[in-house]
Amino acid sequence: MEKFVKLKSTITPLNIENIDTDQIIPARFLKAVSRDGFGENLFRDWRYCSDGNLNNDFILNSKPKNSKILLAGRNFGCGSSREHAAWAIHDYGFRVVISSFFADIFKNNALNNGLLVFELDENLIQKIFKKISNESNIEFETDLNEQKFYSLDGSIDEKFQINDYNKICLLKGYDNVDYLLSIKEKILKFENETGR
Amino acid sequence: MGKTLFDKVWEEHVVDSIPNGPDILYIDKHLIHEVTSPQAFDGINSRKINVFRPDRTIATADHNVPTENQHLPIKEELSRKQVEKLTANCKEHNIKLYGLGHKYQGIVHVIGPELGLTQPGMTIVCGDSHTSTHGAFGSIAFGIGTSEVEMVLSTQCILQNKPKTMRIEINGELNSGVYSKDIILYIISKISASGGTGYFVEYAGSAIEKLSMESRMTICNMSIEMGARGGMIAPDEITYKYLKDKEFAPKGIELDKKIKYWNTLRSDADANYDKVLKFDAEDIQPMITYGTNPGMGIKIDEEIPSSAINSSKHSFEKSLRYMGINSGDKLKNKKIDYVFIGSCTNSRIEDLRSAADIIKGKTKSPHVHAWVIPGSKSVERAAINEGLDKVFIDAGFDFRQPGCSACLAMNEDKIPKGKYCLSTSNRNFEGRQGPGSRTFLASPATAALSAISGHVSDVRDYL
Repeated sequence: MEKFVKLKSTITPLNIENIDTDQIIPARFLKAVSRDGFGENLFRDWRYCSDGNLNNDFILNSKPKNSKILLAGRNFGCGSSREHAAWAIHDYGFRVVISSFFADIFKNNALNNGLLVFELDENLIQKIFKKISNESNIEFETDLNEQKFYSLDGSIDEKFQINDYNKICLLKGYDNVDYLLSIKEKILKFENETGR
Repeated sequence: MGKTLFDKVWEEHVVDSIPNGPDILYIDKHLIHEVTSPQAFDGINSRKINVFRPDRTIATADHNVPTENQHLPIKEELSRKQVEKLTANCKEHNIKLYGLGHKYQGIVHVIGPELGLTQPGMTIVCGDSHTSTHGAFGSIAFGIGTSEVEMVLSTQCILQNKPKTMRIEINGELNSGVYSKDIILYIISKISASGGTGYFVEYAGSAIEKLSMESRMTICNMSIEMGARGGMIAPDEITYKYLKDKEFAPKGIELDKKIKYWNTLRSDADANYDKVLKFDAEDIQPMITYGTNPGMGIKIDEEIPSSAINSSKHSFEKSLRYMGINSGDKLKNKKIDYVFIGSCTNSRIEDLRSAADIIKGKTKSPHVHAWVIPGSKSVERAAINEGLDKVFIDAGFDFRQPGCSACLAMNEDKIPKGKYCLSTSNRNFEGRQGPGSRTFLASPATAALSAISGHVSDVRDYL
């Protein structure tokens, strides 16, 4: 898994609640058998009009260049468990997603793919939306080791929560399957003891 | 302090715990399908390891498959390749596959229970969020991502943080014309599409206890639509009776032994839940959704509201705009273009019976396209044996072959842009049933009656 330590970037604001994984990547694009290339169809039906032209009103078509932080409304990633949603966001170039609250499966999927997701208070998120609507080029730093998220102009400076296990995996680029394989003896013992 | 049903089953499966991190949870049964498994197999192949316990994984093809002419090669190239990949992966790793043409093929959450693979007290996962369906048997069942599918294939375990617990009680007698789909749409409308996030739900109360297994599955199936990872119901005589003759369920003395254990799978009277909600069955009426998430539901004869809980004005208005409806309007009597009876929520034999009861001897409205997609080959056979296929066909419905179909529109079964579909599925998201499609979710009875009349109809007017 790709490591995540620190990141400096502008923010792409998506101030909509309950964004489901069907919006992030519609089902008709789930037919690939590899993990690559899903970024092309990220938010497909919001990015393009039904005639196939770009929808210039949608933020991804007008966002600051090289923005790697996606800031979204509450309950981001609800609905289908498709991990393709996390792959699409990562493949498109985002490395951090912030919301006041994530759907459980999406959160796991993101963290399993080196995509850092964390929650901030809804009031603060609304404050950031407001701030960047006036100054879209303002940069923010995400420091995983310190669990800090702050604006370079110093006006926003917050701690965020992440459990120790996920933090270490992201910082070191550790892989869950490798970890589970390393405790195979314990799993065999469990099977024996419980008669499985 | 007593334990909840959830705590009891969870604790039975914890191999180890990481301090300030997840538990390592052993998985009894793993279900896979063509869409969310190929990348997981790639993962184990590139690690050069074998599937650890191939006998604990069962595969089927459902999401992508056509619902007509299943005896022919799949026309759409990418879909065909994905299904072929599943076949090759299962062959290489000795995994039992109920693929197209097999007598057990069907929607993964329909075949697990009907084959007796789903049993009380198990942990069950699948790369599909509606795995919560299997909780109807008192198992811990939830959807996972593909990285987690790879964990299960390689070690039969996943890393999982223990969720909080919520108890939802429904007590009293259900009104006539109210089905289990109405119960779950009602609950979600009360707590919103995110009201269950972070929780595992246990459904209980006198109204739940009286429900059939099929009806319980419909409720547990949609737990994810309020954000809950899963929902479960304590096993009882109704559960045991359902399981008794199922192909892979224990039999004879083995079954008696199991039932003794299953009888211990009850929440203790003094068990502590993180949240408890209670509803009166009498308050529940036939329900329908009007918006673009399953929390946006109303009684079928109610006016469309001007706000919804956990939804900002901006998001709420965006939703109504997409649906082409206005606050204050009623959905009752609104013209519809399509009716879809199917999906892992409502494609079991009981669902088909309740639709056929209403349709029998009638003809669908000429402007409505009506599709019935049985959940599995077994459901299809049962429907044909009971003559239900004829009821549907005589009424002008398409009676198709099993698969997920228009629930997520991965195959050809799509609702065109701007058209209204009254659907028995589980999600009314923007574009879920095809780009630009508009979905109203309701029970099979409501869907059937509305196909006949051509507009949103209240089953209570028919009964």
